[in-house]
Amino acid sequence: TREGGGLGRAATEDEVAAWDIDIRPDGQGLPAGSGTVADGEVLYTDNCAVCHGDFGEGVGRWPVLAGGHDTLTDERPEKTIGSYWPYLSTVYDYVRRAMPYGNARSLSDDDVYAITAYLLYLNDVVDDEEFELSNENFVEIRLPNEENFIADDRPEEEHYATKGDPCMSDCKADAVEITMRARILDVTPGSVDDDDAS
Amino acid sequence: MSDTKVSQPSNLSRRSLLKAGLAAGAVAGSAGAARAAGDPLITEIQDWNRYLGEGVQARPYGTPSEFEAGVVRRDVEWLTASTESSINFTPLHELDGIITPNGLCFERHHGGIAEINPADHRLMINGLVDTPLVFTMEDLKRFPRENRVYFLECAANSGMEWRGSQLNGCQFTHGMVHCVMYTGVPLKLILEEAGIKTSAKWVMPEGADASAMTRSIPMDKALDDCLVAFKMNGEALRPEQGYPLRLVVPGWEGNMWVKWLRRIEVGDEPWHQREETSKYTDLLETGKARRFTWVMDPKSVVTSPSPQAPVTHGKGPLVISGVAWSGNGRITRVDVSIDGGRNWKTARLDGPSLSKALHRFYLDIDWDGSDLLIQSRAMDENGYYQPTKNELRAARGENSIYHNNGIQTWHVKADGTVENVEVS
Repeated sequence: TREGGGLGRAATEDEVAAWDIDIRPDGQGLPAGSGTVADGEVLYTDNCAVCHGDFGEGVGRWPVLAGGHDTLTDERPEKTIGSYWPYLSTVYDYVRRAMPYGNARSLSDDDVYAITAYLLYLNDVVDDEEFELSNENFVEIRLPNEENFIADDRPEEEHYATKGDPCMSDCKADAVEITMRARILDVTPGSVDDDDAS
Repeated sequence: MSDTKVSQPSNLSRRSLLKAGLAAGAVAGSAGAARAAGDPLITEIQDWNRYLGEGVQARPYGTPSEFEAGVVRRDVEWLTASTESSINFTPLHELDGIITPNGLCFERHHGGIAEINPADHRLMINGLVDTPLVFTMEDLKRFPRENRVYFLECAANSGMEWRGSQLNGCQFTHGMVHCVMYTGVPLKLILEEAGIKTSAKWVMPEGADASAMTRSIPMDKALDDCLVAFKMNGEALRPEQGYPLRLVVPGWEGNMWVKWLRRIEVGDEPWHQREETSKYTDLLETGKARRFTWVMDPKSVVTSPSPQAPVTHGKGPLVISGVAWSGNGRITRVDVSIDGGRNWKTARLDGPSLSKALHRFYLDIDWDGSDLLIQSRAMDENGYYQPTKNELRAARGENSIYHNNGIQTWHVKADGTVENVEVS
């Protein structure tokens, strides 16, 4: 144990309010405010669509925000707010803290409610352009994939559950065959192939 | 390929330039003739043996030899949409021992590198505490300190390899890892300064950068071995590693090691932030996804030979060198196979064996010049051994993105070149 202590000083209420803007799924942290789908469409078009596309479809390699329903067991799943994210609180929290990319913290609380409402609309969670999202009705909204997250159960996987010494000799019955080569893809920058290219 | 590693010095004197042709001729000529005359690098006095070199203050902050100019971090442009939310890779194939030089530690940013004057930096503790507090950097440097060596591995390390061999080099397949000695304050001491309420079960670190990175961490871990670090390998953190302050979360996925740490909130439930819902959750074949997959499981890779470090010396003695690590504690053993996993030999661990740190292993073999399929398999003190990629895919499918610790195979060909392959 440490003697003394007394380092630091008490944080003021204004200081805590300035930095503590996180939202939990139960709504803890939500600021008072509201915004409609229609308001959100305008804000989204001005601030978001250049990267994320007019309908949340993503431009180039920028993230797709909408669509992808029922693709999580596909060979190439499309993980969006509507198809994958468990909680609406994360949308509000993340947009407010980190978006637009390169101009974070530039949206008002009402702006973020409106954009969040529009993202619900793009994802078919709400279908009414007059829908207004606010701190009052926020926690009533549930995203489709909420129930599909499970705890870390890696220790139950066979290769971890089976402890003990692994095989040391004659471990494979058949001759070992090469089944895949990185060089065939040739996507490595400065790779051996690139260096040898004439 | 080997020629590309040896560049000519830029400060050749006229005399050595005149001689360069002769010397090169002698070296390139028949070995017998060269031996008869003697190696001119020995029989002739070299410039560095005659003339004075630079004085003591010519390099106030030293940098590597110009002959090591190729030992740098590299990125893969097509992996991400922008360089400010992207990754680059530690040149593992050029390194030895267990400590990563600060300038070579891979980078992962979500909003670029925040440039912060430490005099302007603040750390806030708030939430379920008796007194919300604000610390300056000066305050933090008055707490009792610890020095600990830990690996930091990105959860997505090897993530591009889930579907099979893709990138050709251990820098790219395994280089989202580094290992340094951190100096910092146990998070426990800082939390105790504020006074944790009995209902507190979680903490949430937050970064000061434009991504304002946040993650939920259970209180047990926060009170166990987390550090609030301000130094790495003895000097201040590099800006790209969170200068002036970062969180150290030993053994756990790199995303949680919040850089430019400015706030720690204490709460009774996790926050389910973007980086623990949309990202850093592991989709399984069933459509379910694991969340809070914090620990980085046992893993290893042979760093040489490897695609960027081919065998250039022909048959005979060959050093197989690699690194192993586990978020569960110390590495107790590394086995190496040269025949694609049919037969294994236990390698030699060399250097310090520290919990949740890189371990260096070697297997010294006599190469007969035939094709090799080199693999390494780590075991940790928890009793886990590193699974094959096929075992992981059988359990998880191919869309987990994160936590790929499957056994890597390198195909060493008769000409000494090496390729990233998958085997049956």
